[in-house]
This record gives sequence, structure tokens and C-alpha cells, in this order.
Amino acid sequence: MIEIKDIYKSFSGNEVLKGISGVFQEGVTNLIIGGSGSGKTTLLKCMVGLHQPDSGSVLYDGRDFTPMSYEERIDVRKEIGMLFQGSALFDSMTVEENIMFPLNMFTTQTRSEKLDRVNFCLERVNLEGKNKLFPSELSGGMKKRVGIARAIAMNPKYLFCDEPNSGLDPKTSIVIDELIKELTEEYKTTTIVVTHDMNSVMGIGDYILFLHEGKKFWEGSNKEIAHTDIQELNDFVFASRFMKAAKDKF
Amino acid sequence: MNFTNFGRYILLLKSVFRRPEKLKIYLKEIAKQMDYVGVGSLGLIAIISTFIGAVMTLQIAFQLVSDFIPKTIIGSVNRDSSILELSPTISAIVLAGKIGSAISSEIGSMRVTEQIDALEIMGINAPGYLILPKIISGITMVPMLVIISMFLSITGGYIGGSISGAVTPAEYIQGITTDFNPYTITVALVKAFVFGFIITSVPAYEGFYVKGGALEVSLASTRAVVISCISILVCDYLVTQLLL
Repeated sequence: MIEIKDIYKSFSGNEVLKGISGVFQEGVTNLIIGGSGSGKTTLLKCMVGLHQPDSGSVLYDGRDFTPMSYEERIDVRKEIGMLFQGSALFDSMTVEENIMFPLNMFTTQTRSEKLDRVNFCLERVNLEGKNKLFPSELSGGMKKRVGIARAIAMNPKYLFCDEPNSGLDPKTSIVIDELIKELTEEYKTTTIVVTHDMNSVMGIGDYILFLHEGKKFWEGSNKEIAHTDIQELNDFVFASRFMKAAKDKF
Repeated sequence: MNFTNFGRYILLLKSVFRRPEKLKIYLKEIAKQMDYVGVGSLGLIAIISTFIGAVMTLQIAFQLVSDFIPKTIIGSVNRDSSILELSPTISAIVLAGKIGSAISSEIGSMRVTEQIDALEIMGINAPGYLILPKIISGITMVPMLVIISMFLSITGGYIGGSISGAVTPAEYIQGITTDFNPYTITVALVKAFVFGFIITSVPAYEGFYVKGGALEVSLASTRAVVISCISILVCDYLVTQLLL
């Protein structure tokens, strides 16, 4: 479980996060949604320690991450897996080397044990046999899947995904969403997905936290989101004609 | 580099020299970087040094036209100039262009594509993993390249002098073997060590803190080469004043 308490963050006097709090449970897919510039990615980066919040705390199963020293943070980070918006695969390494990299750094496993783990992760994301390809030889969807495979290689307790569907076609987006949901339920990870993709919201949003202009405006599940009377949330969710028509129909 | 940047540069260096997570992986990276910096630059340094040595001989011969000055002096001047100044400084400036821009672009691209963030999220000390192997390869391989450069520059002088007839081989050999002070080699190697550190650490700093996209990466790369060249010249003066 990850708990955030009253997170504030500003850049050069511009306040991006204004006192965000929330609890993200394990085994469910937690979504942080909001329009562009609402502070979703900044919140995610504050949670994983890429940004230091101005105030507030981030608790990983009760352990306060924000005041931790560099060495203490490393112990928590070994339990974190993250899928980046652009996949962030290491260009100079093959798929196999990318996934094996954290294993090489932090485990004492033999090469064959590590290779077994790599193959297992690749199988899990339906990319068997792609070990020797370089990131430049992969499609966008494949890169995301390799990113997920690398994120789960160390059996993380916490999985963060920053806009996992950006730049993907709707069909591949659904594959990625389902994969994230499956892994979350199977390994009981605390998964937090930052997205503004409404298909993801409706498909996998067990818990949704809606941000608007740096503030938390709403929280709930995908079943509740269509029935709120919060103007800002409705403007976001039903921005497209299709969603508006769907709401009117049902 | 203003004071804020200098402070950030020092803080980055502090992170670079943290204890490595796994020495074996770092050693592998160091070997890879040594190959790139050392072996990869050998051809360029060889060509530049040989020609500079040859041209130096011709120019010294052109300027020393007095009958009172023995021609052996051409060898002596060429030797000392090559060892003390030309080999370390010209090699460093050439390497700043070749290696410095590559380091800055590589690390800068990794920054803008979130690869550095990925390393940090994994719990890896990104400055250490990315920059330490480059600095170690710089401070070990640049002195080696400078030694080769010295040898080739003096040899180039011999070839140039012989072909042009500016100095006979016997006079040149006598010149380079007369009054040789081995301390000049020490000075040159100290310079090469300092330059090797600058060539790798300054571009790494510029790349590490890039913000933006491809344009900013290219600007950082240019800035890295310019700052490295200026730093090399300033340090050249300081080391020379301190040691000679």
C-alpha cells in the first residue's frame, strides 16, 4: 500500500501540486487521471523520488520515503518497477540485456537463473524469442511490453506506469492495460497508472484519483465515475462526442 | 561555467565517486570506455601528431637561419615543444571535440529519453554508472595517447626534416638526444591526466543536466566542447606555471 499525504510541489514559484492526499491499495489498479498540466506526472515523480516534494509525505507500507537518505531510498527503490511514457529502454542493450540489467546489478543469481527469469518475463508479456533484438528494432507496443518485462524482473511490490498507452493504437492499448491489470492481480502489486486515456479509465480503473489544476477533485472507481456531478470531472471524462453519446444512451 | 554550474558540477562529481553497486559491471563498462577513448582515438592522434611534428621541423628550420645556430637545435626545440605543449594540449583539444561531444550527446540523449530516470528508479547511482567509467578511461587513456603522440610527433619531425632536407637525420637525432630533461615527460603526463579528467567530466556534466529535446542535446554538446577547450587551455597555463 502507498499513502500520500498533503503533497505540495512548485517549480520556480509555480505551484503544480496543492496538497494531494490519497491511498493506493495493493492488488488493485490505481489510476491518477487529469488533463494536460494537471500535475499527474509531477505527482508520480514525487512518489518515486525523482522530484522532492516541498512538503508532505509518501509512505510505502508505512515507511516514509520523503525524508530518507540516498542509501535508505535504494532499499525501497529495489521494490519499485516503473514503466515510462517512452519506455526508456537502454538503446545500447538488447531486449535480454535490458531485462537482465537490474538482475545483474542487484542479485547474485547465476547467468542461467537470470536467463530463466528474463525468458519468464518475456513470456509473461508475450514476447518470447525476442531476446536478441535491440530497442530500435521494436514497435511502440513491443517497447512498452519490454518496459513492463523489465519493470517486473525484480518482482516489484510497487509498479508505476506513466502514460502506458501514449502513442499506441487502441487495440495495443487494451493489450497493455489488460497486461498491467493481470500482473497487478497476480502478484498483488500496488500499481499506480498515470493516464488520460478514457479506455483505460473505464477498463481497469479500480481506484481513480482525479487531479485538476494541481488539486484532488475526486476519487472513486470506474463504476462511479460516470455518475458524478462534478463539472471538472465530467468535462474531462465526457470531452469526446463518443463518450457524451454513450452517457446519454445509458 | 558560472558559480551555480560549478557548484552543481562539484556535487555531480561527489555522486560519481560513490561506491559502485557491483564492481564487476563497472569494470566491464570501464573496459568498454577505454577501448572507445583509447583505441578508438589512436588513428586520429597518430595522424595529427605525425604531421604536427613534421610541420614543426620545417617551421623551426625556416626561422633558424643564422650560421651561428647549429641545426641540431631543430631536433631539441621540436622534442621539447612536442613533449611539453603540442602533444598534450593539441591531443586534448582534438579529443575534447571527438570524445567530449560523444559523451555529452550520449548522456544527454539518455536524459531526454528518461533512461537516466529509469536507472535511478532501479536504485542505481546513475552518475556513478554513467560517468565514472568515462572519467577513469579518460585519466588513464589520455596519458597513454599523449605518450604515443610525443613519440609520433618527434618521429614526424624526423621524417619531415629528412624529406625536405631542412635538417639531416644525423643532426636531428643528435638534437633530440642532447640535453634531454626527463622531467618534461612528467609535466606532460600531469597535463594529460588533468586534460583527461576535463575531457570526460565536463561533457558528462553538460549531458547529465540537459532539459528538453534533440535541440538542447546538440546545444549541450557544443557547449561541452567549448567549455572543455577553454578549461584545457586554462589548466595548461596553471599546470605549466606550477610545475616549471
